[in-house]
Amino acid sequence: MKRFLVLAFVIASALAAAGARPQTEEPDAPRTIAITAKRFEFVPPEITVKRGETVRLLVTSQDVTHGFFQRALKIDSDLEPGKTAEVVITPPEAGTFTVICHNFCGSGHGSMKLKVLVE
Amino acid sequence: MDPVDRRRFLEIAGVSLGFGALYRAAPLLGVEPEAREVSRLLGKKNGEAPSAFSFVQLSDTHVGFSGPPNPLGTQAFEKAVEIINGLPDRPELVLVTGDLTHDSEDLSEHADRMRLFGKIAGRLRVPMVRFVPGEHDAGLDGGRLFRDAFGDTSYSFDHRGVHFIALDNVSKAKPILGKEQIGWLKADLARFPATAPIVVFTHRPLFDLRPDWEWFTTDGDEAINALAPYENVTVLYGHIHRENVHRDGRATHYAARSLAWAFPDPSDAGPKKPLPFDKDQPFKNLGLRVVGENGKRGSAPAVREVELTLREFSGTVGIQQLLKGGVLS
Repeated sequence: MKRFLVLAFVIASALAAAGARPQTEEPDAPRTIAITAKRFEFVPPEITVKRGETVRLLVTSQDVTHGFFQRALKIDSDLEPGKTAEVVITPPEAGTFTVICHNFCGSGHGSMKLKVLVE
Repeated sequence: MDPVDRRRFLEIAGVSLGFGALYRAAPLLGVEPEAREVSRLLGKKNGEAPSAFSFVQLSDTHVGFSGPPNPLGTQAFEKAVEIINGLPDRPELVLVTGDLTHDSEDLSEHADRMRLFGKIAGRLRVPMVRFVPGEHDAGLDGGRLFRDAFGDTSYSFDHRGVHFIALDNVSKAKPILGKEQIGWLKADLARFPATAPIVVFTHRPLFDLRPDWEWFTTDGDEAINALAPYENVTVLYGHIHRENVHRDGRATHYAARSLAWAFPDPSDAGPKKPLPFDKDQPFKNLGLRVVGENGKRGSAPAVREVELTLREFSGTVGIQQLLKGGVLS
């Protein structure tokens, strides 16, 4: 009985120690890239990811409602001003993909693009 | 005339006038008894039997735009109006497929541009002019100014037995029709037989022409699917500032040139930048250069026969089926 109590104490201590350990990012958590949208550009204007890599894009509009669209990467999001949209992509193939703003935001709207280089 | 031609019910002659596209709907009715019967049946179904007429498509006048690709303001638009008014065979209808004006964040300025467009278009000596907005007309205010000036952004009407449908894929700011409009389109189409001549006019292409240039409509495939059962569909659009022909099933999609500036060929790998203004040929790429060539010997206009696909009535859903009481019974 005494041996059992000692064993239980050891296990409980180990669990408590594990619980108190500071949280670290899981090793397979997707990489995060922050992107800013504002008339009439995305910042940064270009990002590079690896084929098959899952990446979280955190896109924040700083001014008006923008769009975030790329057919092949299956991206179709609205970017409300002051809010951050999370877009998760896993590009299946290498290449260069152009994400556009597809929410008309003024005369420079057509030049608002983000280049995604997939290696 | 071979048997197929004789059976052709309606054909459209597209004239590459540059300021748009002139279409002549020339029904070859009365040639055969079955053609007359089809005309009678369609007239009964649609309220009006198809008969001959011509119409013009104008697009992307961008009134109010000022910049290097077009330093001439509204001159090309005004020239186009003159040309239309001078056509020997006066069109009965002009369709304007969007971007009548260039956008302005100053609502008062944008309203002035709408008025100026209306003033110039008002010189058209044609019985009917119909409009759809482009994103530069309606993208910033949800179409409010456009509706105040020109009415609804999506609607339909019949003219001489042809059913015209205006679709709005701009006023939600995004290239989208939306579920409500697609539902309306399906209901609107439901009363027509599969052989009815249908002309859809809209601003952006309904298909994926160059999505990275925003030359697409996100849910355009739903409209295309709704139109797919119909044999005689023509879709006219603007937005891309150049001619383009695309066939999708039984429908044919035609883009019109702009009256402001031209964009490059979508098959180019380069960026979507307006083609530079050429002071020696100020209307170059707007196409007005071909308008004067209206003779037959060496100066014939680039007339090409473009069927509105009211095809021969000998197909599987053709006259035989109609006369058997199939789709029209």
